Amino acid sequence: MAAVGDLQFEEFGNAAATAAENPGATTISIEGPGESPTHQAGLPRGSGGEEDDELLGNDDSDKTEVFDRIKGSLLPIPGKNFVRLYIRSNPDLYGPFWICATLVFAIAISGNLSNFLIHLGEKTYHYVPEFRKVSIAATIIYAYAWLVPLALWGFLMWRNSKVMNIVSYSFLEIVCVYGYSLFIYIPTAVLWIIPQKAVRWILVMIALGVSGSVLAMTFWPAVREDNRRIALATIVTIVLLHTLLSVGCLAYFFDAPEMDHLPTATAAPNQTVAAAKAR
Amino acid sequence: MRSHIREFDSSTLNESVQNTIMRDLKAVGKKFMHVLYPRKSNTLLRDWDLWGPLILCVTLALMLQRSSVDSEKDGGPQFAEVFVIVWFGAVTITLNSKLLGGNISFFQSLCVLGYCILPLTVAMLVCRLVLLAEQGPINFMVRLFVVIVMFTWSIVASTAFLADSQPPNRKALAIYPVFLFYFVISWMILTFTPQ
Repeated sequence: MAAVGDLQFEEFGNAAATAAENPGATTISIEGPGESPTHQAGLPRGSGGEEDDELLGNDDSDKTEVFDRIKGSLLPIPGKNFVRLYIRSNPDLYGPFWICATLVFAIAISGNLSNFLIHLGEKTYHYVPEFRKVSIAATIIYAYAWLVPLALWGFLMWRNSKVMNIVSYSFLEIVCVYGYSLFIYIPTAVLWIIPQKAVRWILVMIALGVSGSVLAMTFWPAVREDNRRIALATIVTIVLLHTLLSVGCLAYFFDAPEMDHLPTATAAPNQTVAAAKAR
Repeated sequence: MRSHIREFDSSTLNESVQNTIMRDLKAVGKKFMHVLYPRKSNTLLRDWDLWGPLILCVTLALMLQRSSVDSEKDGGPQFAEVFVIVWFGAVTITLNSKLLGGNISFFQSLCVLGYCILPLTVAMLVCRLVLLAEQGPINFMVRLFVVIVMFTWSIVASTAFLADSQPPNRKALAIYPVFLFYFVISWMILTFTPQ
């Protein structure tokens, strides 16, 4: 975390970048192989622009920056704003895109594995890879990671026109924050394989706590100036949607573990299977 | 679908079809050898072609698809799903490495990624053969071992070709999607269950 504050020279201040969606970062120039951007001194903004993925955005991300942002999303410090600290008018799309991709496959694969382990001993159970769930997971995760920031950005723009806020974020910065805040769910999804209800719910709490607080601390300064009730409602909605995502994924992709797992049941195995399916 | 870097080609229109096919097949075969024994060589990059990836992808998709039309229960991927994952995944990774500042061309990167599916296709063949024997934990262990070995081989092969095209501070960022891509394909191969 010390590396972040050190040597990044910024040309623009962190004031409201209301006019441009991408504050000063819309340069598109494909660099030849000769240049090698370093992490140390201030990276030249005007000339070193490189696109990332399909959208515009200045991507000076190299490995250390991406890792720093991931670390920042895992350790929310009260009072420190993720966007101000790590993104600083330099949103990259590498992190959000590939974190979402990894999350999609993590959820689908872990769900499949967990269902396999839960139903392992049952006689009527035949393993299926459930490949359709990958498409469903992809739709859910990518829709959440792009549509919710869009709605939030639109809402903040609308409030900005009514109340002058000191802090405002561009669309790509919001996408970036949401993308990086989803990182905690990757290890959570893998740990959800453990077929214990209590463990799963504790994991949900932890993940929600970490990523929810990153989001709340990011967006609180943006709505602080506004009407008290609207500000609180905004934060509550953000956290609520986040909760909905995690609980929904847990419920849909992971079958409920049974209380007493009887491997070669004398009780009718059909009943247990039917009960599990009914959940 | 072939590059134009051939010094002694005057015109290939007048030759017999057999000549054309044999030449292309030999080129594909040569590249298969390069993938199986990855060395630092430029052949894969210089004379790229997409025949090999097409053959491999179609073979893999044919072997992976569900055997019957059982749509009421989730099963394995369909032919189209495998096809889309392979090609869409390869295009996305190529775009990613281009946008990170790589100095490799679009089709060269597609070519390398496609050819490096060869070890995984071999793994699929082996798995299908192993599945003809009786099912059980040992069966699974054998398949797991084969898939892990071939997965590592794919990663090593593609890294050998692709790593040099990136500036050093972004190598990890460019390699990770390749890892994810082959991991997903390996997962599809490992979880294949015959009906």
